[in-house]
Amino acid sequence: MAQPMVLTAGRESRGYFGTVARRFMRHRLGMVSLCFLTVLVLLALFAPLLTPYEPNKLVGKFSEPPSLQHLLGTDQVGRDVLTRLLYATRISLLVGFAATGIATAVGVVLGLVSGYFGGWVDMIIMRFTDMVMSFPYILLVLVAAAIFKPGLWNIILILGFVDWPGVARLVRGNVLSLRETAFVKADIVAGMPTRHTLFSEILPNTIAPILVYATSVVAISILDEAALSFLGMGVQPPTASLGNMLNGAQSLTVLTSKPWLWAPPGVMIVLLVLSINFIGDALRDAVDSRNIR
Amino acid sequence: MMRYILKRVLIAIPVLIGITMLDYLIMSLAGSPLSMMTGPRVSQAALEARAVQLGLNQPWILQYFTWLGQLLQGNWGYSIRTYQPVLTMISANLGPTLLLMGTSMALGFVIAIPVGVYSATHQYAKGDYAAVTLSFLGTSIPSFFLALILVYVFTVRLGWLPSGGMVTLGGGGGDALDVARHMVMPTLVLTASLAGSNIRYIRSSMLEILRQDYLRTAKAKGIGRYLIINKHAMRNALLPIITVAGMELPMLIGGAVIVEQVFSWPGLGQLTMSAIMSRDYPVIMGVSLLSAVMVVVGNLVTDILYAVVDPTIQLK
Repeated sequence: MAQPMVLTAGRESRGYFGTVARRFMRHRLGMVSLCFLTVLVLLALFAPLLTPYEPNKLVGKFSEPPSLQHLLGTDQVGRDVLTRLLYATRISLLVGFAATGIATAVGVVLGLVSGYFGGWVDMIIMRFTDMVMSFPYILLVLVAAAIFKPGLWNIILILGFVDWPGVARLVRGNVLSLRETAFVKADIVAGMPTRHTLFSEILPNTIAPILVYATSVVAISILDEAALSFLGMGVQPPTASLGNMLNGAQSLTVLTSKPWLWAPPGVMIVLLVLSINFIGDALRDAVDSRNIR
Repeated sequence: MMRYILKRVLIAIPVLIGITMLDYLIMSLAGSPLSMMTGPRVSQAALEARAVQLGLNQPWILQYFTWLGQLLQGNWGYSIRTYQPVLTMISANLGPTLLLMGTSMALGFVIAIPVGVYSATHQYAKGDYAAVTLSFLGTSIPSFFLALILVYVFTVRLGWLPSGGMVTLGGGGGDALDVARHMVMPTLVLTASLAGSNIRYIRSSMLEILRQDYLRTAKAKGIGRYLIINKHAMRNALLPIITVAGMELPMLIGGAVIVEQVFSWPGLGQLTMSAIMSRDYPVIMGVSLLSAVMVVVGNLVTDILYAVVDPTIQLK
């Protein structure tokens, strides 16, 4: 029974996403950013193959300026900075995407339930969302980081559970308008299970705005992880993260005379976040039906 | 109008209680302030006595209501670490933060409004691309990294500006010029990200407005580009600008934690940070309450200004 329906849905969505992809490709800055981000992701993924050093092994004299052996020099204890930079990019990307995954999953489920069922369920979920949103963001993150011992997976969980309210609101708003459409009403009349209506009919139609929003969550998560790790409350050494590599720059000697220790991770964060933001911007333009030029 | 405001304030009270209760719960999960006092010279009995004295042996919900009851009598509690009254500590740190954030937020709007409007009215022109790219750069650069770059350039290389603090310590410091010199870099860092996000927000809402029918009508009447943009479009763009301003109001209190940390600015952010590190419950609760109030006030002011600016909005 499900077979023909899946087929039509597939064809329709390919048509839609084909249009979006075509429009996305016309966005020059977005395309450049996408290519650039792909290169960064590949560099991070294949870090073990690209560098002869291990990120946490001492491989040279300490605080050596850049040379042919160590393209970005070595850090205060003699680890290769370029190697650590690649591994740290891995961590940042992992945090960004994993936290966004959690935030999106929580937000989508709560938003769908809240928008579709309405009534007191909606009331409770939305008031709770308001409360989480009213929290001073940085305070929540800092207190949460103090509760759970700082560490990679805890940071991911914290950021994931702090970022969901935006997604929930977005999804709820979309569900509210979709609930009034003919195809959803037809589903209800036909007596389809609620699960089917929610996840196979309503959800696919809200994917585009969720995707656009999610890109900004990825960017924010990467920035937050960096800030937390910079303050020493995020990813803990010896694991390299872009934030904790910058931590050393709080000392004046490092800041003044060893720029190779702090400039590369900082620039890397800016490049990562900037390219993700540009991709999000291009996506937003691409899914916006008014932007057909 | 008065009835509307009164009703909104009454609705805000349970929200405030909810937020602060959640604050208290999360905070008590974070660990006891006593864990920071343990040491070889502190006996178990002394710790227990202290716990009883601070009421920490009770369940968190009881502690919360004790705190709330004291608050209603005007007592914000005493810092567990410094024994100072929380209200005194907060008011001592509030001024510098308001000065820093207020200046940055004002600058953020002063820069963002003309740039955002220009960008929207010149969509896809070179200037628009430049504005959008710069605004993305502003929001994409981590504040602490921008702070480090500024310190490197202006303090280390050029020696023009002090790297931290609010006044020059020891002799000659303290006047307005001195404070201004200390403010330049933190303000620049904060303004970069604020202006960045404001520009994008104002640009997109202005674009939205420029697509409306009534602007086409205005154009068709031939009243001229200046009047179209500055009278018809700008007045309607005020709404989204008010929204952003309302959303940013809570940042007056908690928006500068990291920047204050990097520049050793003696404000609320520093106070919050050290309170969290030492699990200083009363201080954390004081700051949380203040920022929760700001959120509620921000929403309220937004709604009221909406009604003032847009006569079609009815206050219920």
